[in-house]
Amino acid sequence: MRHVREEDPLSPQDPPPEQPSVAAPAPTRRRSDHHPVNWLLVVPIVVPLLTLLFNNDGPRIGGFPAFYWMQFAFIPLGVLCTAIVYQVTKRRKGDDR
Amino acid sequence: MTEFIVFAVLFVLVSGMGFVAARWRRPETMDSLDEWGLGGRSFGSWITWFLIGGDLYTAYTFVAVPALVFGAGAAGFYAVPYTIVVYPLVFLVLIRLWSVSHRHGFVTPADFVRARFGSPTLAAVIAVTGIVATMPYIALQLVGIESVLKAMGVNGHWPILIAFAILAAYTYQSGLRAPALIAFVKDALIYIVIIAAVLYIPSKVGGWGNIFDTAQAKFAKSPAPSDGILLDGTNQLNYAMLALGSALALFLYPHSITGVLASKNRDVIKRNMAALPAYSFVLGLIALLGYMAIAGGVKPLTSGGKPDTNTVVPVLFDKMFPDWFAGVAFAAVGIGALVPAAIMSIAAANLFTRNIYKEFWRKDATDKEEAVVSKLVSLVVKVGAVVCILALDPEFSIDLQLIGGVIILQTLPSVGLGLVTNWFHRGGLIAGWLAGMAAGLWMLYEIPNVAKGKEHFGGSAYKLSDLGLDTKMTVYVGILALLVNLVVAVAVSLVLKLSGLKDGEDVTTPDDYTADEGDPKVRDLEIASST
Repeated sequence: MRHVREEDPLSPQDPPPEQPSVAAPAPTRRRSDHHPVNWLLVVPIVVPLLTLLFNNDGPRIGGFPAFYWMQFAFIPLGVLCTAIVYQVTKRRKGDDR
Repeated sequence: MTEFIVFAVLFVLVSGMGFVAARWRRPETMDSLDEWGLGGRSFGSWITWFLIGGDLYTAYTFVAVPALVFGAGAAGFYAVPYTIVVYPLVFLVLIRLWSVSHRHGFVTPADFVRARFGSPTLAAVIAVTGIVATMPYIALQLVGIESVLKAMGVNGHWPILIAFAILAAYTYQSGLRAPALIAFVKDALIYIVIIAAVLYIPSKVGGWGNIFDTAQAKFAKSPAPSDGILLDGTNQLNYAMLALGSALALFLYPHSITGVLASKNRDVIKRNMAALPAYSFVLGLIALLGYMAIAGGVKPLTSGGKPDTNTVVPVLFDKMFPDWFAGVAFAAVGIGALVPAAIMSIAAANLFTRNIYKEFWRKDATDKEEAVVSKLVSLVVKVGAVVCILALDPEFSIDLQLIGGVIILQTLPSVGLGLVTNWFHRGGLIAGWLAGMAAGLWMLYEIPNVAKGKEHFGGSAYKLSDLGLDTKMTVYVGILALLVNLVVAVAVSLVLKLSGLKDGEDVTTPDDYTADEGDPKVRDLEIASST
């Protein structure tokens, strides 16, 4: 069999090529961290960096300019996205996926 | 006086906990780095949450971020997007790091790089970068303690010496278990103080609307061009890039990785990536203390004739809170310095032991010998930090920490990208690191700070016009230096690969990166196959 690199750097999202493990006896079934729900993580990475979205004084809420309350609101957004990814991809007992 | 008594009592109580921690979740032996340096790799979700939270959100952060907001306004609020972006950004990468480290028994990020790229030299480069970036960070924790002592009217260096001697003693004895246990108290105190502050102080200074308006009025009068409660055209890009660059850097710091590797399985890490932003909420409120200080008419204390803005939060607490509660608040900051300082010194000591001492002097060092060396080096590191503060201008530590963020980013191709791919050639990574370091240090050197009257190392916002671009925008130096690093690393890797120069051997396998608690470790497998 042709020697394959572990992963192609140009497309890190592709599943790694099937390859029998030689060095260490691996668990019986292959596991992977790849899952479409992971793309949800992009949202809280990109949104808080778009200063154009929130660099305004109004509308104010409770005296807080938009610049501040909107960035505070991104915190639950981040928690929500990360929590969903965790819930979907966590390993249940006996589930060796 | 009440203030100081409350502060001292809480401080002594916590120090006692630090010594007792050696008995907490007691291992059979403390004579290995797995136990002393990583708490037995056994921490569950709660302990990890407190430990990493206590580790990342340091006393210096609590003092410096509001000081920045007090001085510059909106630009200082970058700490909030920074700490929102960081967790989803590292989510998938950290679990891979945990797995491969679990499988191979790695203690430091440089251990991983050595195995992945087969290069002790590259590993040593990563280790030295980590140590150099961490040292000033520890020194700045002292600045945090000093600022609260100043606010209580305690001057001189002896209290810092005592505090650090105690810290050094219990870190030596208990290892990572000490900060893990103390973190509970630290975080509880911080939450109590901040919740009290945001409920109580605004009512004394005319409400939130007035706080923001007063701040805006102050910035409108100041001569500095881009301060204000909103960003302007020139610093928006820098705001986003500083948040992104700091987020990329955070989990490259050795002390952050120590916290991650101490957790017991992958789900603990994933759960924490979702739960840690609770601290970001507190950090955002802490940042706003800077505006409350403006509205409350706080004047920073002066040291050596110059106003020390790091004292605005302590002075605000002193002014607004009754004495006993101000004592609690000061203790929160003081204890807040101990947790990260302990973890940082452990992380730096582990890097030295594993990737320099063992690699180049004692190849056959036993687990016990490693632990002994690490314990001793953790003391040396703390003495170094104290000397930094006493012998040098504290301003110098702040410069060093600024530089630290930029240089730790230069380990991203080896550590961060290394977790995703082994495409890079070890020679390319070293070349990229050199180029990134040179570019980063040169840009930092070129940045003046007019307000502080400094010609060099005046900040981390590099004017794009200096690169010949027709714009007033500025960008975080770390990101620019990282781009230089990546371009060189890719180019040199390509050249070396095409020229057929021998690359290091990758001793990890794809399965290592998804291993979890309970899976066999490489060491176990070797023992099993040899008997």
